[in-house]
Amino acid sequence: MFILKLLFRNAFRHALRTLLTILGITVAILAFGLLQTVISAWYAGANAASSARLITRNAISLVFSLPVSYRERIRSIEGVSAVSYANWFGGVYITEKNFFPSLAIEPGSYLELYPEFVLTAEEKRAFLLDRKGCVIGRKLAERFGWKIGDSIPLKGTVFPGTWEFVVRGIYSGAEKSTDESQFFFQWEYLNETLKKTVARRANQIGVYIIGLKNPQNAAEVSLAIDASFKNSLAETLTETEKAFQLSFVSMTEAIVVAIRIVSFVVIIIIMVVVANTMAMTARERIGEYAIFKAMGFQAHHIAGMVFGESLFIAATGGCLGILLTFPVASKFGEVMGNYFPVFQVDRSTIYMDLLFSLIVGGVAGIFPAWRAVRIKIADGLRRIG
Amino acid sequence: MPASPQQKVLVSINSVSKAYQRGNQPIPVLEGISFEIVRGEFLALMGPSGSGKSTLLNLIAGIDTVDSGSIVIDGIDIATLNEAELARWRSAHVGFIFQFYNLIPVLTAYENVELPLLLTSLSRRERREHVEAALAVVSLTDRMEHYPSQLSGGQQQRVAIARAIVTDPTILVADEPTGDLDRLSAGEILGLMDRLNEEQGKTIIMVTHDPRAAEKAHIIRHLEKGLLTDVYP
Repeated sequence: MFILKLLFRNAFRHALRTLLTILGITVAILAFGLLQTVISAWYAGANAASSARLITRNAISLVFSLPVSYRERIRSIEGVSAVSYANWFGGVYITEKNFFPSLAIEPGSYLELYPEFVLTAEEKRAFLLDRKGCVIGRKLAERFGWKIGDSIPLKGTVFPGTWEFVVRGIYSGAEKSTDESQFFFQWEYLNETLKKTVARRANQIGVYIIGLKNPQNAAEVSLAIDASFKNSLAETLTETEKAFQLSFVSMTEAIVVAIRIVSFVVIIIIMVVVANTMAMTARERIGEYAIFKAMGFQAHHIAGMVFGESLFIAATGGCLGILLTFPVASKFGEVMGNYFPVFQVDRSTIYMDLLFSLIVGGVAGIFPAWRAVRIKIADGLRRIG
Repeated sequence: MPASPQQKVLVSINSVSKAYQRGNQPIPVLEGISFEIVRGEFLALMGPSGSGKSTLLNLIAGIDTVDSGSIVIDGIDIATLNEAELARWRSAHVGFIFQFYNLIPVLTAYENVELPLLLTSLSRRERREHVEAALAVVSLTDRMEHYPSQLSGGQQQRVAIARAIVTDPTILVADEPTGDLDRLSAGEILGLMDRLNEEQGKTIIMVTHDPRAAEKAHIIRHLEKGLLTDVYP
C-alpha cells in the first residue's frame, strides 16, 4: 500500500508532464485501437463466413456466370446438404455515393443457408410471395429511413434499367459481426426480366452457395464439385466461403499492410515519448534513489519504483484509450457505414491495447531503471544540494 | 589513540586506503588510515575540503568500498560483504543524517520516518509505534502529517534524525548536519544529537566544518590530504 502511494505521488510530482504523457498514450492507444478495428472491419466478411458453406463460381473469373442448371448436379454430390445461388446486382439508389451491396437470390434456399439474417415468419412469407419484394438489413433501413411496404427504385449497373422493389422484410443480424447493410431480392424477378430484355443473360447465376453436411469434408466436396464440371463449357472453382471472401480482401492487401504498419509505428512513437519522460524523471531523482539505497533499499526495490511508475502512467493512458475507443469507434462506424458495414472493436484489439500499454510502460522503464540501479550512492548524494 | 581496556571497540579502521580515478590518473583520497571508535562515542571528523573526511564517513557507513585495508564494525568486516549484504547491513546498523536533510518530498514527515521500517518485518501497528516514538524524540509529533515543504530547515533535519534513529541503528553517521541551518536551528540539532548520544548511548560519527558543532563531540579527528593529523582532546 505504501509503495502504491509512493508510486502515485511520484507519478504526479510533475502533474502537467505526467498528464501530457498520459494524454499521449491515450491518443496512441485510441489510434491503435481504431486502426486495428479498421483492419478487422476489412476482414469482417471473411470472419463472418461460415465454415459449413462453400462458394462455387466460374473457374475463369467471378465476372463470368454459371448456368442455373448446375444446381441439381451439385445437389446430388455426396456431402452437399443444400444449394442456393445469387447474382451480384450492383444497384444504385439515386446516386452512386449511396452504395450498398445488392444481390438477387433464390430466397427460400438462401435464407435457409444464412440463418444469421433474422426475419420474422411473416416477413419471410411476404418476401417469398412477392416477386418484386426485397429484404433489407436493419442498418440500411435506418440509413435511408425505409420501412416495410416502401417502394424502392434501383438503377441497375450490371443489369441496366430501373428496377422497382417493395420492402417486405427488414432483417437483423444474429451476430454482431453480421452485415446489416445488404439488399436482397428475388432472382426470379431478375431472370424473368432478362428473358424479356437480354435473353442470352437469362438462366445464369453468379455464384452457388453450398451447404455442407459436415464442414470437415469441405475439401473433398469442393474437389468433387469441380471435378463434375471438368471439361464443361463453364468449369467451376469451389472454395470455402472464407477463402472466397479473403480473395476480395487480398486485392487490397497493400492498404491493410500499410494500416497495420502505421498502427505499430504509433505505438513505437509513444514508447519513445514515455521513455523520454521516464528518463527525465529518473535523472531528476538520482539523488533520491541514492538515499533509498543508503537506507538499505536494494536494486530490485529501486527498479520496482521506476518500472512501477512507468507502468502506472502507461496503464492509466492505456485504460483511458481503451475506454475512449468504444464511443469513438461507434461514431466512426456511423460515419463510415458505407465502407465498413461491420465496424466493431474486437476483444483481441482490447487485449492488444492492454498488452501494448504494458509493453510501452515496461520498455520505457528499462533505461531509467538501469541508470537508477547503477548509480553509486556517494555519487548520487553529491548531486543533492 | 587506542581504546582503553574497559571501552568496547565498535568500529575498527585498519590501514584503509581509497583513491578515485580521474581519467587514467588515480587520485589518492585516504592513505593508510587506522583508528578505532568505541561504542557510545561522539566523534567529529574535521578537515579542509578534499581532505577525505566525507569519503571516510561513506566507507564507515558502507556506502562506498575501500581499496585496501578493512573496516570492522561490531565484529563484521564490511569490506567482505557483497552489495546486497551491505544494503541489508546498512538498513539494520546505520542511520544517516545528511546536510540537506534528503527527505522524500512527496511523503509526509510520518511517511519519511516510516521508510526504513519497510525493510523490516514489523507490522503496520508496530511501525506506527516506532515512528511515533522517533518523532516524539525529535519533538515533532504534532507535525507528522506535514510534508517537507511545509517544515522549516531545522524541522526537516529533525525529521531526518527521526528517520535515522527509527530502526535503532548501531551507529549514526552525520555529514555536515548543521551545514544548511541557521545558528539557532543548528544549535537545536546539535543539542538533539548530543541527547541521543548521552541519553540513548548512540554512537555518532559526524563530519563537520563547524568548530561549534565539533565542540559537542567527545573526540575530534582531523584529516589533511587523506591522512589523520590531530586528535582532540
